[in-house]
Amino acid sequence: MANQLHVEVVAVEEKVWVGEAEMLVARTTEGEIGVLPGHSPLLGLLKEPSQVRVKLAGGEQMTYDVAGGFLSIDANGVTVLAESATPASPESH
Amino acid sequence: MAGQVQALRRRIKTVKSTKKIAKAQELVATSRIAKAQERVNASRPYSEAIAKVLGALAANASVDNPLLVARERVQRAGVVLITSDRGLAGAYNANAIRTAEQLITRLKSEGKDVAVYIVGRKGLGYYKFRNRPVAASWTGFSERPSFADAKRIGDALIEAFAAGSEGDGTYGPENIVGVDELHIVSTEFKSLMTQSANAKPLAPVQVEVQDEEPGLRPAYEFEPDADELLDALLPKYLNTRLYAALLDSAASESASRRRAMKSASDNADDLLKRYTREMNSARQAAITQEISEIVGGANALAAAGSDV
Repeated sequence: MANQLHVEVVAVEEKVWVGEAEMLVARTTEGEIGVLPGHSPLLGLLKEPSQVRVKLAGGEQMTYDVAGGFLSIDANGVTVLAESATPASPESH
Repeated sequence: MAGQVQALRRRIKTVKSTKKIAKAQELVATSRIAKAQERVNASRPYSEAIAKVLGALAANASVDNPLLVARERVQRAGVVLITSDRGLAGAYNANAIRTAEQLITRLKSEGKDVAVYIVGRKGLGYYKFRNRPVAASWTGFSERPSFADAKRIGDALIEAFAAGSEGDGTYGPENIVGVDELHIVSTEFKSLMTQSANAKPLAPVQVEVQDEEPGLRPAYEFEPDADELLDALLPKYLNTRLYAALLDSAASESASRRRAMKSASDNADDLLKRYTREMNSARQAAITQEISEIVGGANALAAAGSDV
């Protein structure tokens, strides 16, 4: 728990991705936010449209195109709630 | 006698083909139930998460969002009725419509105007046939609703609700009249054998404020501030509730159809057995009669011959 961030990417029609990551980067209406393990609780509205990047332990990175998204950070980790979340094509970032 | 046999044979053929249809519908419905349930389960993480977030938010934001506050004077109430597009689903539609009618009667007795919004062709047909006004309707997806469908309905409803019943204008893409409260009638999937239609309030939204001890509640930061977040989140929550209701109703529809089609094909089996027996005994009777006629004739001839 201490150095891994529990990430859930949840779309309305399905759970898109659940797992442990190093870091999550998203863009809220206020600006870009990077979430590391142990982040203080936060609720954020994601910019429309925006991308959410999940950095995995191995240096790998996953990017999702998110529409109608929210970000909720609590003691258990990060939850990205979205009306739709699809893996972004590699060229787009 | 031969005519009776032929009539029975024709009837058996009819029952057999009806049974085939019922059986096929039963199998299709059975596989649809599983799919619908899968979708219900798949949508659960989101709706649970959004309810949790909303609870945390409501504890922190001032609760004066128009979607949250009950109007002092309710002139017009909206009722969303979810029915199926196709029939052959037993009492599914009848139950939903009856529940909606009870709700409408109650609302009218409270002195409110009622605007009816209908999902599904069967419900629409019911109201159209009786020449009763339908404020808006959406059809064509009752068996597999997508979130886009729910969003389309939700956005129109939210606009109507936000406008309220002041003035006679129409709002939103569906041109529907404004309302002061919204109710939804959907069919809850309890088990394969039980589905029950019930009415629930949809708007104003009732948020369960998390009732943990204050010390345990995480001190959330908000980006943007809590009120703005609430404004953005509430419509999504409403759409999620609509989507859940649509999915639940779709599962109920299939379960209801499966049961209706199962009893239809069981009944067809019984009929087949009875008709086959009747046909066999009619055929046997005809044969017996023919034999006794021949024997009788032969006897008469023999008697006539011995007289000579």
